[in-house]
Amino acid sequence: MATAIMPLPLTHFTQNTSERTLLRFSTAGSVDDGKSTLIGRLLVETKGAFDDQIEAVRSSKVNRSGRELDFSLLTDGLTAEREQGITIDVAYRYFSTPKRKFIVADTPGHEQYTRNMATGASTADVAVILIDARKGVLEQSRRHAYISALLGIRHLAIAINKMDLVDFSPAVYDAIVAEFTALSPHLRGANIHFIPLSALDGDNVVARSERTPWYHGPTLLEFLENVEVTPAASQAFRFPVQLVIRPHLDFRGFAGQIATGRVRVGDRVTILPSARTSRIERIVTFDGDLEEAIAPMSVTLVLADEVDVSRGNQIVHTGWESTVTREFAAMTVWMSAEPLVIGHTYLLRHGPHQVQARVVNIDHRVDVANYAPLSVDTLQINDIARVRVETAQPLHGDLYQNNRFTGAFILVDPLSNLTLAAGMIEEMASARRTGGAREQFRSGPVTLAERITAHGHRPAWIHHSNPAAAIQLERRLFERGVHVLRTDTALPELLEAGCIVISQAKLEGHTHSALTLREVDETMQELETRGVITPQDVQDQGEGI
Amino acid sequence: MSLSHLRSIEAEAIHILRETAAQFAKPVLLYSIGKDSSVLLHLARKAFYPGLIPFPLLHIDTTYEYPEMIEFRDSFTREIGAQLLVYTNDAAIADGANPYSLGTSKCCGLLRTKAVVDGLKHYGFDAALGGARRDEEKSRAKERVFSFRDSNGHWDPKNQRPELWNIYNGRVDKGESIRVFPLSNWTEFDIWAYIELENISLVPLYFAKERPVLERGGTLIPYESNVRLLPGEEPKMVKIRMRSLGCTPCSGAIRSDADTVTKIIEELFVFRRSERENRVIDHDQDGSMELKKREGYF
Ligand SMILES: Nc1nc2c(ncn2[C@@H]2O[C@H](COP(=O)(O)OP(=O)(O)OP(=O)(O)O)[C@@H](O)[C@H]2O)c(=O)[nH]1
Ligand SMILES: [Mg+2]
Repeated sequence: MATAIMPLPLTHFTQNTSERTLLRFSTAGSVDDGKSTLIGRLLVETKGAFDDQIEAVRSSKVNRSGRELDFSLLTDGLTAEREQGITIDVAYRYFSTPKRKFIVADTPGHEQYTRNMATGASTADVAVILIDARKGVLEQSRRHAYISALLGIRHLAIAINKMDLVDFSPAVYDAIVAEFTALSPHLRGANIHFIPLSALDGDNVVARSERTPWYHGPTLLEFLENVEVTPAASQAFRFPVQLVIRPHLDFRGFAGQIATGRVRVGDRVTILPSARTSRIERIVTFDGDLEEAIAPMSVTLVLADEVDVSRGNQIVHTGWESTVTREFAAMTVWMSAEPLVIGHTYLLRHGPHQVQARVVNIDHRVDVANYAPLSVDTLQINDIARVRVETAQPLHGDLYQNNRFTGAFILVDPLSNLTLAAGMIEEMASARRTGGAREQFRSGPVTLAERITAHGHRPAWIHHSNPAAAIQLERRLFERGVHVLRTDTALPELLEAGCIVISQAKLEGHTHSALTLREVDETMQELETRGVITPQDVQDQGEGI
Repeated sequence: MSLSHLRSIEAEAIHILRETAAQFAKPVLLYSIGKDSSVLLHLARKAFYPGLIPFPLLHIDTTYEYPEMIEFRDSFTREIGAQLLVYTNDAAIADGANPYSLGTSKCCGLLRTKAVVDGLKHYGFDAALGGARRDEEKSRAKERVFSFRDSNGHWDPKNQRPELWNIYNGRVDKGESIRVFPLSNWTEFDIWAYIELENISLVPLYFAKERPVLERGGTLIPYESNVRLLPGEEPKMVKIRMRSLGCTPCSGAIRSDADTVTKIIEELFVFRRSERENRVIDHDQDGSMELKKREGYF
């Protein structure tokens, strides 16, 4: 066991030139497009499958390939999968070449198992999306391309498969390339690469095919060996605390895995959500103390000050804090047969941090057939939607597009214990807006703050005794885009709904938002100075030249 | 700059071990004494350093294992200051359970599968860490890192909890449990490379040596004190090593000259066959590992 005298150099953990880096990729695409066959082929040709495993496949009773060897059986390991000839759950397989080590998640194409596809995609750097050359871009191809990009995969390799069944026709290939390229505006800027291949016969999988003389790009394996992925160590430092290690009174260390970035002894750090600050005193490992550590190392940090830190807190560099908030918008993939209940209390797991949370609104569901937004009031299994979430305790997060670890969360049902949904943070309310009076966990499905943001104005109750002026004021406000209505019933809920109400009724107990209408221009002015509506000149910037 | 491949999977395994310690009331590490268990144990020491491993080790003793394994178990766990528990399906042993009369599949069902489930229940563990790897076998390739078991210890491969990123859902009700596999993403090659890198001590059976051996239906069985001779059998001396450890009558050896970790790694490069090939039980029936796992086998 190491007692550290000299700090260990970082090269103890980093890669030598002789060592290989790791690339994780997942497969995607519609049922029977050939995903498992392709992975089987890659395993056999890179010697990632053992001879006895290949022999077992060769002697298997099942063979749907029409060839000597049904490669898909190398990854479809469950009895039910072999019987039905489909993939049900993700299979993780491993192979390596002199350049890289690969972890492959072979995912199911069947729509019913979309959640398993998302599981496989969540840790992948690259997605290989298969398209059957005879069928072109199907709904499942679109769904999987969308989910892959949504889960932050930056490189999509579109493998146009079964080219042997279309006589390796460049016209068929070009048509599919054009069809798929049209989807790219919906794929969050992911890089898209096309490769024509035959998983069954091996064309352009490992070796270049002589049957596609018109194709000059890399084979699939060449692509996977050379594609560049951004190392997690190059991002802002994020350290979610998993455990406090306290073997005796003289040692208190915070154990965790560096999600992103790097840290050095002496760095100034902030603990979230408490915002207390300190300095890194030691970076402890079993092998000895370190001067510096980088993502994704698992280390134990010792701080210079006696600050309160517990599981679920996050240590970050001072000045580079993540956002602390109780409200945010996120994209979610609903993964449970139990539908979403708006306003219901779920457990939100964000790394080692767990808080109670409610989905307060569904902004829209995404129709994966055409990527159009749909308006819905619940989510069913495999639905993808943008939702608004409120948490009972503050959460310290990043946008998923900036950080794939601290921007991700899952929702768990506190009763059934099931994982219900995966979420990716898209937008966060600033800390100020969630502070003060809003510290209480709201039970209402949509919060007033959200309505104020959406409407662009605050609510107000305007008392009047002049119906003609009321109609005039209503028109003026309506032209400014205000949610305004006239009613003579005293309905305080309308204020909760964010509306400006013009009424002969008086409302008790809402003094700060109550006005009395005397003259229309004057009331407009008063609404502006009170900050209920935005002044015209701010709103109409650049107009009227 | 990026981490080497081995250091990446090391960091991932430590993260999983720490999650297990944090999320469960009563976790345990299932220690089988084999090379994967030894790597897992080493990683557990790293994960909680400078503290000690905050949970006990449980060895399921079938009583048919190699005496060398038991010796190693006792001396090594004492050396590192770990708490060791041993559990045996005594009722089955008293009833005379043995691989010769029951057949390997039934015997394994009683002395391993049932013993694991009963042992975990006996102590009331809610999480059991194991050294299984996804590259070992086709149904293991499908298993989650946090793998849910119902109150009977059963696994439902068609209905696993989604497991995204590195967020593991370990919530269970009373009686249910989670099997945790920190080495999921390791290959046999990684295990050996790591043993070499970290200088991890192993049971000597892994290293080639001249030993008395019985040849049964193409499988080489080292002749040990608890192996019964079948009629007409005669042990002979062969230089062998074990690729995977189990019970004496059921785990076969391979002919080899590799008597150091470096030589084993060299041999792996030329070896094109999986380590479980020499396990008699895995081949009793197509999909037999999946069946055993569904019933609770590790
Ligand atoms: N002719 C031809 N057949 C192929 C090719 N690739 C796959 N197939 C066949 O297509 C069928 C489906 O292949 P799989 O690999 O099981 O498809 P999959 O995409 O993994 O299916 P799921 O996982 O169930 O979604 C099998 O019969 C394969 O033999 C190809 O390149 N050419
Ligand atoms: Mg498949």
